[in-house]
Amino acid sequence: MSNGTMNLTLKVWRQNNATERGRFETYNAQNISPDMSFLEMIDVVNEHLIQEGKDPIAFDHDCREGICGMCSMYINGRPHGPKQGVTTCQLHMRSFKNGDTIVVEPWRSAAFPVIKDLAVNRSSFDRIMSAGGFISVNTGNAKDANTILIPKDDADLAFDAAACIGCGACVAACKNASAMLFVSAKVSQLALLPQGQVERQARVLNMVKQMDAEGFGNCTNTGACEAECPKGISIENIARMNREYLKASMD
Amino acid sequence: MAQYKSLFSGSVGQKFTMGLTGLFLILFLIVHVSLNSLIFLNDGGASFNAGAHFMSHNPLIRVLEIGLFAGLIIHIVQALRLTLKNKKARPLDYAVNGGKFNSTWYSRSMGILGSLLLLFLIIHLANFWLPTKQALIKNTEHNTYTNLKQVFEKGYIVALYLLGVASLFYHLLHGFQSAFQTLGLNHKRYTPLIRKAGFGFSVLVCALFAAMPIALHFNILD
Repeated sequence: MSNGTMNLTLKVWRQNNATERGRFETYNAQNISPDMSFLEMIDVVNEHLIQEGKDPIAFDHDCREGICGMCSMYINGRPHGPKQGVTTCQLHMRSFKNGDTIVVEPWRSAAFPVIKDLAVNRSSFDRIMSAGGFISVNTGNAKDANTILIPKDDADLAFDAAACIGCGACVAACKNASAMLFVSAKVSQLALLPQGQVERQARVLNMVKQMDAEGFGNCTNTGACEAECPKGISIENIARMNREYLKASMD
Repeated sequence: MAQYKSLFSGSVGQKFTMGLTGLFLILFLIVHVSLNSLIFLNDGGASFNAGAHFMSHNPLIRVLEIGLFAGLIIHIVQALRLTLKNKKARPLDYAVNGGKFNSTWYSRSMGILGSLLLLFLIIHLANFWLPTKQALIKNTEHNTYTNLKQVFEKGYIVALYLLGVASLFYHLLHGFQSAFQTLGLNHKRYTPLIRKAGFGFSVLVCALFAAMPIALHFNILD
């Protein structure tokens, strides 16, 4: 280590497309500042790869401030790395030690096919949203927002559920690759609010049906999703979704 | 609109089946462990034998026994179906997996613990259920307490039973509270109580089950 920088060994999953078999490649990440984000560290590695005429590592990223849900790396066995409540873009290299070997894999789920290397196709989440993650609104002028009264407790719970950024860390962390935390957050957010009542029953049935059709696994209540969620979405939402499903099924 | 079909199909519906049959099997455990505890009355197995006689001869219990086997089989078959689906949901596993950072080992091992329980159950039924049935067919009186003492004379059988009870303990530790969560019973105030009750139940039931072969093997009871 010189000037407080770090040297690391990376074992990165490389895969050309969804059908081809992938493999691990080893890279040296040298002179890495501890203040860099994990994504910036990969950027540095990629610059070197490009200079050497090699194929850079493909990975998803967008806002780089923890709100868009695009970054999606499975770092040393955990989605978004070892820190709780952060996305990969908010993970800093000071969370690692000089000389560490870091294994980086894509989200592994049949419903998230690999596009290339660490980038996976999460449009299965979009199709679940299309199946029921919406509300009816009247056309015409927008009403005053305060005309609809919402109990504070419900508003808080809906807001907590709405914090889900749809990154898919829950699916990645779950031993069954289940999407129940994601789907339950979306179902809860809308079921708790007056605006979500029109489609309330159809929503939960259709979103669960689409979730199953996409090939996600089943929840066994290990709680891994909640522990790894960068937005701290609670598995209370899964229980609420199950209640919603039960009510909708019996009506 | 009647959506009752979805009640027991699809990922959520199949989980309801697991939770409901699991709770039903837990109810059975309460009956089983209560009857077992009669040996600790230390009356030479008289109360215990009376209980066993009631359980093997009462017509209502005979019907419930069929329900119990049905519940067990549904629980196992559904678990197998869900496990296969879950395996398909992740065709390629991670090279490095940090499950220990986000969940308990036993919550991730319900399938293995359940399989161990099933193996134990087969041995257990062969040891005690089968002789009772044979006596019933032959219309002879069966002394279950003597049967118990004979079986638990062998040290390896005691070890096997303790292993079965340990599997049950961890299966219950996750399964008890998991069933409530699956059925949607999650509440800020009550969930911690359910978890504590689940822990207490698992400890109590398994301690009583474990005490039985130990007490009989070491002749602690007369």
